[in-house]
Amino acid sequence: MRHVRIDRWSRGESYFHTLHAAAKLVAALTLLLCIATLSVRSLVCCAVYLMVLTVSVKAARLPVGRVLLSASAVLPFAVCFAIITALSGEPDRAAMLLIRGYLSSLTALLLISTTPMPDLLAGLEWLRAPRFLVQVMQFLYRYLLVLIEEAGAMRDAAESRAGSVRSLAVRQAAGAAGVLFVRSWGRAQAIHRAMMARGFEGHIPRFREFPLQRSDVAFTLVAAALTVGFRTVLA
Amino acid sequence: MEVKSLSYTYEDGTAALREVDFELEAGKTVALLGANGSGKTTFALHLNGILRATSGTVSVDGLEMNDRNLREIRRRVGLVFQDSDNQLFMPTVLEDVAFGPLASGASPGDAAEKAHTALAKVGMGHKAGKAPWHLSAGEKKRVAIAGILAGDPRLLVLDEPTTFLDPPGQRGLADLLDSLPQAKLLITHDVPFARRLTGEAVFFQEGRIAAKTSIAAIVQEFGW
Amino acid sequence: MHIPDGFLSTRVWGTMDVVAAPAVALLAKRAQREFDHHKVPLMGVMGAFIFAAQMINFPVGNGTSGHLVGAALLAYTLGPAAASIVMTAILATQALIFQDGGLLALGTNIFNMAIAGVWLGYLPFAMLRGGKAGVFLGGMLSLLVSASLALTELLASGVPIPPAILALSGALFVVSAVIEGAITLAVVQALERMQPGVLRQPKGLNSRTGLVLGATSAALAAAGIFVASTRPDGIESLAQRTGIWSRVTTVFRAPMADYQTTLAITPWLGRSLAGLAGLALVYVVCLVISRMLVASRPPLSAAATPREGV
Repeated sequence: MRHVRIDRWSRGESYFHTLHAAAKLVAALTLLLCIATLSVRSLVCCAVYLMVLTVSVKAARLPVGRVLLSASAVLPFAVCFAIITALSGEPDRAAMLLIRGYLSSLTALLLISTTPMPDLLAGLEWLRAPRFLVQVMQFLYRYLLVLIEEAGAMRDAAESRAGSVRSLAVRQAAGAAGVLFVRSWGRAQAIHRAMMARGFEGHIPRFREFPLQRSDVAFTLVAAALTVGFRTVLA
Repeated sequence: MEVKSLSYTYEDGTAALREVDFELEAGKTVALLGANGSGKTTFALHLNGILRATSGTVSVDGLEMNDRNLREIRRRVGLVFQDSDNQLFMPTVLEDVAFGPLASGASPGDAAEKAHTALAKVGMGHKAGKAPWHLSAGEKKRVAIAGILAGDPRLLVLDEPTTFLDPPGQRGLADLLDSLPQAKLLITHDVPFARRLTGEAVFFQEGRIAAKTSIAAIVQEFGW
Repeated sequence: MHIPDGFLSTRVWGTMDVVAAPAVALLAKRAQREFDHHKVPLMGVMGAFIFAAQMINFPVGNGTSGHLVGAALLAYTLGPAAASIVMTAILATQALIFQDGGLLALGTNIFNMAIAGVWLGYLPFAMLRGGKAGVFLGGMLSLLVSASLALTELLASGVPIPPAILALSGALFVVSAVIEGAITLAVVQALERMQPGVLRQPKGLNSRTGLVLGATSAALAAAGIFVASTRPDGIESLAQRTGIWSRVTTVFRAPMADYQTTLAITPWLGRSLAGLAGLALVYVVCLVISRMLVASRPPLSAAATPREGV
């Protein structure tokens, strides 16, 4: 199955890529919590966070410009809310909304660009997330890719017959969606059968052993300390 | 492999298999012929427990098909599906072939070793680190077979193995299968391909086995 | 209905996270026990589809949006416990990767859509024993519940929503609810045609389950309103700001003459009663419809095999 761009990024090589997923998850969560408490009075802290994140992206050998741009994908939606909030008489809150949204988006992006999905899910499992939930996320991810592939194939077929698929009548779109569902479902069933035939019993076995090392714990502690430190000192 | 009175009915009432009896000795190769929809694939899916019979029994090496033996049976009966794209689902060839042993509880080191051995057997050792979607159809088929071989099975069931293969690919596959000591069940429309590997065949018709004889006889009797 | 980070007050999202986490753990255990292995491909593909369908949304009010939820659909095909978990997975993935919905607000969104939306959407389906009306009403209810909860949480966090916008939101949600019900019904019927028996046929709610669900809803409503009212001065100005208060009193004036007096004395009690009354109304409506329709309902699928109930 073809993998998406973020997946390619996540299989790169850097210090961040070698860290244990759970360590990264905890560090990211600490940062997110601190970001959530940022207010207009802590703009300096926002700037510091942004700097630290950008430097980390560079250190993770990811394309900095691309990543910073991708993180802004959250903004269009937040902008709608921000406008309404500003109009309701709270422009400060509106501005903070955008800033906080961008920072959390960047944090999440850094996390998933340095951690392949199977490892990320393994990290969740390590942190004692409910097993069924982790399994479901696995399958969701896997079959989402199947869906995208099937949609791509259908699109190619449609384009070769119609020149371009810009304007689909609603009725046709509904029919296409139905076909997409059935095809994806069929393929998903075939894949599931293949997995069962080879002894799959619920959770994907990990090829690389994943022991938590002291260096991972050290990273988390240092990252958390810095994060909270900046937040309290620069308030 | 012993199948007695196997019947299977879908939830909406259609009978897919009616009282099928079948026997296969270790090391032998038999072809499964029949029209589309005659029940060949449904039958194959029963052989390693993906579908469970509505009535009748399936047993492998004396082990009867039930929840307790399921794991062991799945290890002994390897199913190679028609579309290799659905069968290869891990990011690299090596990880995919190692999936079977890993799922059975082998350590990553052991699993990797078994995977390398299996890949060597099918002549795909040099592609261990590649992504499966970069391979040609023939190579994918080989990798899929390696994935089954890694579990050290006793029986290989192949569903339409020559689909997507070009003539050289088909010849290569036939040679490969010939070299393997396991018992083989070939579901196929490709009579010349089947002939290369065996003389015996079973003919499916409307969920029943209509004939158990030589390929030549079946071709003649059913105009196949 | 995905609430982003930065709208909810710490008290609200903190409470919801604390409520949602153990609920998800419990439901995951239950789902693991009763989930049918063969449904995995369906679960995955439907989850992916609903994931995609949810991306199409429109901002409504201040801090939330309107879109299709899909909770009811998942509940009918996978069972409510598994549906809760699939929904949780979808929400978590959306929050983590697509920044659709905040990460701290995740507990809130999970409660609104994956727990309340799923289980209250399942309620009409179970009570009406899986007929067309049950499916449609369940779809409607799941969206209405998710949306109402989201708006309530925002209001309780002190987010300013002018009454005009609130009314518009309400109207939009009602329209979305009807669309959700219709789409849920259409998909369910299509699925049944493709693979009969794919729906879990509920044996109907037994009285014990119904009692538990009713009691839980009541407790939740009371708790939610309690949380909101820990900022007593905020609530007063809030209610006045949104113009809700006058409308509530108008509605309840006729049947309960001295309701107003009680409310003036103990605001908290009054609000809890109002909330409970609302829930009770919903429950009664479902009961009434079920009595009316159960007798005359044509079976949805002739080949339906009875499975275990709620």
